Amino acid sequence: MTEPAGFGPDLAEVFGPSQQDGGPNLVQLLTPEGERVHHPEFDHDFSAEELRGLYRDMVLTRRIDVEATALQRHGELGIWAQLLGQEAAQIGAGRALSPQDYVFPTYREHGVAYCRGLDPLKLLGLFRGVDQGSWDPNEANFGLYTIVIGAQTLHATGYAMGLQRDGVVGTGDPERDAAVIAHFGDGASSQGDVNEAFIFAASYNAPVVFFCQNNQWAISEPIERQTRIPLHQRALGFGFPGIRVDGNDVLATYAVTKAALQRAREGNGPSFVEAYTYRMGAHTTTDDPTRYRLNDELEHWKLKDPIERLKVYLRRNGLVDQEFFDSLDAEAKELGAHLREGCKALPDPKPLDQFGYVFSEMTEELEAQRDGFAAYLESFEGAHS
Amino acid sequence: MSSSQKITLAKGLNMGLRKAMEDDDKVLLMGEDVGKLGGVFRITDGLQKDFGEDRVIDSPLAESGIVGTAVGMALRGYRPVVEIQFDGFVYPAYDQIVCQVAKYTFRSQGKVKMPIVIRIPFGGGIGAVEHHSESPEAQFAHTPGLKVVACSNPVDGYWMIQQAIAHDDPVIFLEPKRQYHADKAELDESATPEPLFTSRVVRPGSDATLLAYGPTVKTALKCAEAAAEEGRQLEVIDLRTLSPLDMAPVLESVRRTGRCVVTHEAHVNLGMGAELAARITEECFYSLEAPVLRVGAFDTPYPPSRIEEEYLPDLDRVLDAVDRTFAY
Ligand SMILES: Cc1ncc(C[n+]2csc(CCOP(=O)(O)OP(=O)(O)O)c2C)c(N)n1
Repeated sequence: MTEPAGFGPDLAEVFGPSQQDGGPNLVQLLTPEGERVHHPEFDHDFSAEELRGLYRDMVLTRRIDVEATALQRHGELGIWAQLLGQEAAQIGAGRALSPQDYVFPTYREHGVAYCRGLDPLKLLGLFRGVDQGSWDPNEANFGLYTIVIGAQTLHATGYAMGLQRDGVVGTGDPERDAAVIAHFGDGASSQGDVNEAFIFAASYNAPVVFFCQNNQWAISEPIERQTRIPLHQRALGFGFPGIRVDGNDVLATYAVTKAALQRAREGNGPSFVEAYTYRMGAHTTTDDPTRYRLNDELEHWKLKDPIERLKVYLRRNGLVDQEFFDSLDAEAKELGAHLREGCKALPDPKPLDQFGYVFSEMTEELEAQRDGFAAYLESFEGAHS
Repeated sequence: MSSSQKITLAKGLNMGLRKAMEDDDKVLLMGEDVGKLGGVFRITDGLQKDFGEDRVIDSPLAESGIVGTAVGMALRGYRPVVEIQFDGFVYPAYDQIVCQVAKYTFRSQGKVKMPIVIRIPFGGGIGAVEHHSESPEAQFAHTPGLKVVACSNPVDGYWMIQQAIAHDDPVIFLEPKRQYHADKAELDESATPEPLFTSRVVRPGSDATLLAYGPTVKTALKCAEAAAEEGRQLEVIDLRTLSPLDMAPVLESVRRTGRCVVTHEAHVNLGMGAELAARITEECFYSLEAPVLRVGAFDTPYPPSRIEEEYLPDLDRVLDAVDRTFAY
């Protein structure tokens, strides 16, 4: 692409000819082969305990995903948004959070939810059709899943502006200072809401981390359909830094997110983290990726599996023994059983309950509708008995 | 040449879109996943392959952007057909639809046409998560400058989509997603279609009139069948057009039957049923034996899918309303 003189630099020159494998600016601490590498700005001294913990988190997160996918196949869930391949991006981000931070997820943040201590069973309600998220967002500071693409990025920004007003940003007290993280996908970056969130966050220097999992696809549309430049570079145009991290490298994702959150908590404003990753499963269980995606691409990414590379590293450095794997295996099985049994036992909502949740204060009109419907339902009970 | 075949609604729409694109090279399809994937419901299946990426445009994931650029395309003489992936995702584009698409012709004092079709798979009953089962028709029918139609069967799907595309005003085109792959019907491509903005009696009857559109037409027909077993002849009218409303067949019917029940999946409060009841009352007051009754959704958000069957108007609820009209 050549630009006429006076219109600034040649895009191809600035961004390089190819973005394959994340391009030259990808922050990485663990290679796909399981080699530990270092980064001048983003690094972290991981203890053996921490590393085992991150591994465990990813394995259990994958288990949640696999079980839920199976439950959908058995007709127990209407649909499931799979995260296969995105475990490192989510666990890295989730573990970088402090308890006082607040998370605004999409519908796919099962790993982050797990990090916030949510019972994974709670995630199934929406997909089973018994509720629209049954957790209290303010309990674990984990917002409700958001289906409308990108909407939550504005909520995150507003929440961050609230933190500023509450004086819990930049106090110097790490127990007190708080930040917000907004999760979204590469497709979402095209939404007006997301771009407006960037403007607000930049204008008010809001303590929010925009955490984009660039899994290369928005259903059938490849990343090229959403952007012509590496996504993280967009942030600069809005006036805050953007970093691309290897989203299949849990160590790097953790280190970069931690730094971004820290920056926000200290009052230095928003940043954009692009976790460069890949959706190995389908978009959801109703999607058929064979219609638009090449198998070669999937095979290429399988070699970068986030769990495998940490496993290699742990093994090679003698940080784990067989007992670790055995007990993790047992734990995963137990988690699987919990989901399988728990899912089937999730109670259906009662038709009349819905009337009570429309407002915090019931209106007379609605009360009349509820009573009318109750009488109608009762008339059937009589008829059937 | 008459070529008859049995098709689904999805197929009818697909064939209709294909025909419209063949007939007029200004017709473009735009939307999320409409290209390679053929849309999440496969309504545009195969069209990109045959017409190319310039005419079947996979858009960035941005509804306001999709509709807003369609406005520009229309200004340039194209006839964009926009797909909104699910009803609940039309709202990010609401501003463009209501403030721009709907008003350009008026603002330009007729100098500019907005031949845009906005296709929306609407309604519930597919067991989906939130925002995938909404019935937003009243929001658009309430907006001057938009025309709103709803098809209910494969044959209408085939003809109505072509007529909407050929029409020079913006059309909100509602497709009952629950019916996409449900029933098949015989399509005769050589037949002469009914005009676009007309209602149609789909089952004649003399005792009461049932008004429905989109997904509830099937429910209404089932009710009429059930009522016939009890000796009541219900006339069922498929409205097909919600704005403008085609009242002539409705008024004629209600004057004859004296009773009317309207059913839709949208909320009853300020919905299409309210408008119909008001107009029928104004025009047929002395013929009415009972007030016009409405059966629709409660004024609660669409519930989790496990109880959607109790939320959506079904055979029993419509029959119950029919009984009530006879109790007056
Ligand atoms: C406003 C809106 N438009 C369309 C959709 C339908 N939809 C659901 S997910 C999706 C793709 C999202 O892609 P991306 O943002 O990259 O996130 P990913 O699912 O890949 O993680 C689409 C188009 C939606 N949920 N919301």
